[in-house]
Amino acid sequence: MKISRRRFLLSTAVVGGGVLIGYSALKPSKHRRANAELVTGEERYVTSFIKIEPNNKITIYVPHSEMGQGVHTSLPMMAADELDAAWEDISVEQAPAIDMFANGELVKGFAGEVGIPGILTGLVNFSAASIAELMNLQITGGSSSVRFTGESSMRTAGAAARQMLVECAANRWGVATDECSTALTHVQHNASGRSLSYGELAADAALLEPPGNVTLKDPSQFTIMGKAISRVDIPAKVDGSAEYGIDAQSEGMLYAAIRLAPVFGTKLVSVDAGDVLSRRGVKRIIELEDSVAVVADSYWRAKEALKLVKSEFDSSDADTTSSADLFDGFQRSLNEDDNSEVLEIGDAGAAMEAAADIIEGNYTVPYLAHAAMEPMNCTVHIHDDIAEVWTSTQDALGIKARVAKIAGLSEDDAVFHHSYLGGGFGRRLPFNWNVIDHATLIAKQFDVPVKTVLSREDDMQQDYYRPAVASNFKAAFDANGMVQAWHNRFTGPIQTPGASHIPYAIPNQSIAVVDGDTHVPIAAWRSVDHSQQTFFTESFVDEIAHRAGKNPYQFRMEMLADHPRHRKVLEVAAEAAGYGQNLPEGHALGIAVQESFGSIVAEVAEVSLDENNRPVVHKVTCAIDCGWAVNPDTVEAQVESGIIYGLTAALYGEITIENGRVAQNNFPDYEMVRMNDAPEIDVHIVESGEALGGLGEPSTPPLAAAVANGLYILTGQRVRSLPLKNHDFSRSTPIAQV
Amino acid sequence: MATFKVNGVEKNLDIEPEMPLLWALRDELGMTGTKFGCGIASCGACTVHVNGSAVRSCVTPVSAIQGQEITTIEGLAMVAAGANPSAPDLSAVQQAWIDHQVPQCGYCQSGMIMAVSSLLATNPNPSDADIDSSITNVCRCGSYPRVRKAIHSLASA
Repeated sequence: MKISRRRFLLSTAVVGGGVLIGYSALKPSKHRRANAELVTGEERYVTSFIKIEPNNKITIYVPHSEMGQGVHTSLPMMAADELDAAWEDISVEQAPAIDMFANGELVKGFAGEVGIPGILTGLVNFSAASIAELMNLQITGGSSSVRFTGESSMRTAGAAARQMLVECAANRWGVATDECSTALTHVQHNASGRSLSYGELAADAALLEPPGNVTLKDPSQFTIMGKAISRVDIPAKVDGSAEYGIDAQSEGMLYAAIRLAPVFGTKLVSVDAGDVLSRRGVKRIIELEDSVAVVADSYWRAKEALKLVKSEFDSSDADTTSSADLFDGFQRSLNEDDNSEVLEIGDAGAAMEAAADIIEGNYTVPYLAHAAMEPMNCTVHIHDDIAEVWTSTQDALGIKARVAKIAGLSEDDAVFHHSYLGGGFGRRLPFNWNVIDHATLIAKQFDVPVKTVLSREDDMQQDYYRPAVASNFKAAFDANGMVQAWHNRFTGPIQTPGASHIPYAIPNQSIAVVDGDTHVPIAAWRSVDHSQQTFFTESFVDEIAHRAGKNPYQFRMEMLADHPRHRKVLEVAAEAAGYGQNLPEGHALGIAVQESFGSIVAEVAEVSLDENNRPVVHKVTCAIDCGWAVNPDTVEAQVESGIIYGLTAALYGEITIENGRVAQNNFPDYEMVRMNDAPEIDVHIVESGEALGGLGEPSTPPLAAAVANGLYILTGQRVRSLPLKNHDFSRSTPIAQV
Repeated sequence: MATFKVNGVEKNLDIEPEMPLLWALRDELGMTGTKFGCGIASCGACTVHVNGSAVRSCVTPVSAIQGQEITTIEGLAMVAAGANPSAPDLSAVQQAWIDHQVPQCGYCQSGMIMAVSSLLATNPNPSDADIDSSITNVCRCGSYPRVRKAIHSLASA
């Protein structure tokens, strides 16, 4: 394995085929505090995330939320492997939402990668948060868990614990540590054949100070990492026992149904509840600044009663705004040219003036909702000067602090109860506070737990959306047909620095962003602005290739001479997809590639039109270079997931604004890919041995462009806006093959 | 009084006849394995069996299932095993879901498993077209390719 740049910066020496890590980077070790405050019996924390019992059973605490990405399995795999434990001896628990389990490595990881953790931004003012606040994170997002927490915290914690256990054994036997070895949750003295279990050593080891440096394994020494290990969360997800935030229950619990201001930012003016309070089970009508809620003894009773409550919200400038107005505003901003430079290479203006040929393409994508399967919900119980909260979140510590603040309590007086997440995709990241704030304000009025649940309609209409974006392109060719300039102006905000960049060797580039703010609240949506930007850039690159008379795959390969990892994934995906070979009549292949969150993904989509001229995606062949694979089956599952998520957006995804509010209500008008639309997916993991890349997001960005690029070959129609359901492919003419 | 059997146990609930079965299960009986997804029978997260057939419980009022046999995800294995006390803890569909590592976030999978179990009970060897037309549940994590593989593995078993 090559040593990544990030890891290299932390390394001080290479010993015994492994990598010596400055474990002191993790100090002060919190395991002493954990032993003092959390331990009730014989068990001991040996480093922060690892607890060992006398019977040799080991618990590994995972400081990230499990939302299906398999992190409750892959992170313990990393710790257990470095610990040299047997996988059978490991059990996994969610780390409590207390700061001794915070994952500061996440911040360091992003600081090394992009300067600020932009992909965690719910709203763009995130940069105002101080770094001190950021260090107290338990956030799950940015495809970060394995590559930052796993690489920098879990592996080092495992390796440090192993060294501490070896030291104890060597002391007990009166031998040197280098005469000892570890395997299967035991330390052996090789010469004498003596052996001690970790459980027999843990009490002593816990008294040691963690070593200043630890040695990580070389991949050839891995015993657990790299194997397809069954996910620990799956059994509970097939028998109904897995608990999500919405499943919180307790005796005497009340339920709130809530109606939020339909036009974002407006306030509640008046409520006419009629005789709703006399309905069975209804406890109270609650008026909040921007909403009205009914609290009852069942969610259904609350929801039915709320239907009968009349409410009026104040007017706003946005009351007559439609999506068309917003996109007109985007074009005005783009035409005014009042922009901020994103990237300037060479002199794109001069190249445009000298051009023999110029092509233009103006692209748009709409707002998108997250539509996680578990509707947003939050249960809060304020009693005895404490606030307990149950909710599915990507940010446990942030939620705890938020609830405490709204409840008027100190952070230490809030207790967070973890659960599985019924989908995250960015909806459950910090700053998307609406349900949390409302649930807390409602619960303040009761001394029993109150569970606030958004209906699917409110979940869809009160989201923080993937931003709608308009992006205008120009490209200049010289007299030899070589592309000389790339000119791109798009509407912001920039959520992930670099998402609009292209890897291609175009000598003159000018990329700039203009203001794209509207009254619609926005947030991170799976892969953040990579999903919009990759549709734009990989479609327009395709336009350039066709204009240059080049095969889109060959053109990319030629323009990526300095990007061997991009070339490799393109090559693997193209070959596996049968690119250039004969296809069934009426089928075509489209290709796209994008690097995001440290992974490089190429996708080839095989498309056709059905009898109603609607696009059909038969197969997606994907090659991903994520450095290496901790749990290969999870890698494949995440890639499949990202592709399906991207396909829903490409085919159907569209949130429109009418009269200032979201027009879509529920799944029938915010349509989803289901079994009948789901393509065959063929995933190829390219192990480059580079630093670990993210997995939760990187397969989403290339999908829409790959499909649209295939449809161009099939129909001659260049798709410059999504979703595809809005396009009429009935009068299509396949282009001549290039 | 709403009277019906859930996983073989008779339940008598003093609730409104129009209360959907979903909320009777979740809020009245505390059985949270059955999930709320859309409330309009679109996504299938709330799928249970009524007398062995898949039904979307979010739009099924308890008055419509009076005296009938309801099976939920919590009781699926037991019902599948019949009276056999040495039967495994999981039904064949549930085991296939583990073998193929189908669930991701898992929220839709109770409903997905109930829908597939119902399909296989009437059509033990479904074609891809059969699967496409009968399994219309929404999974935002995109477990569909694995759902298909798991169903085919059960058919060929």
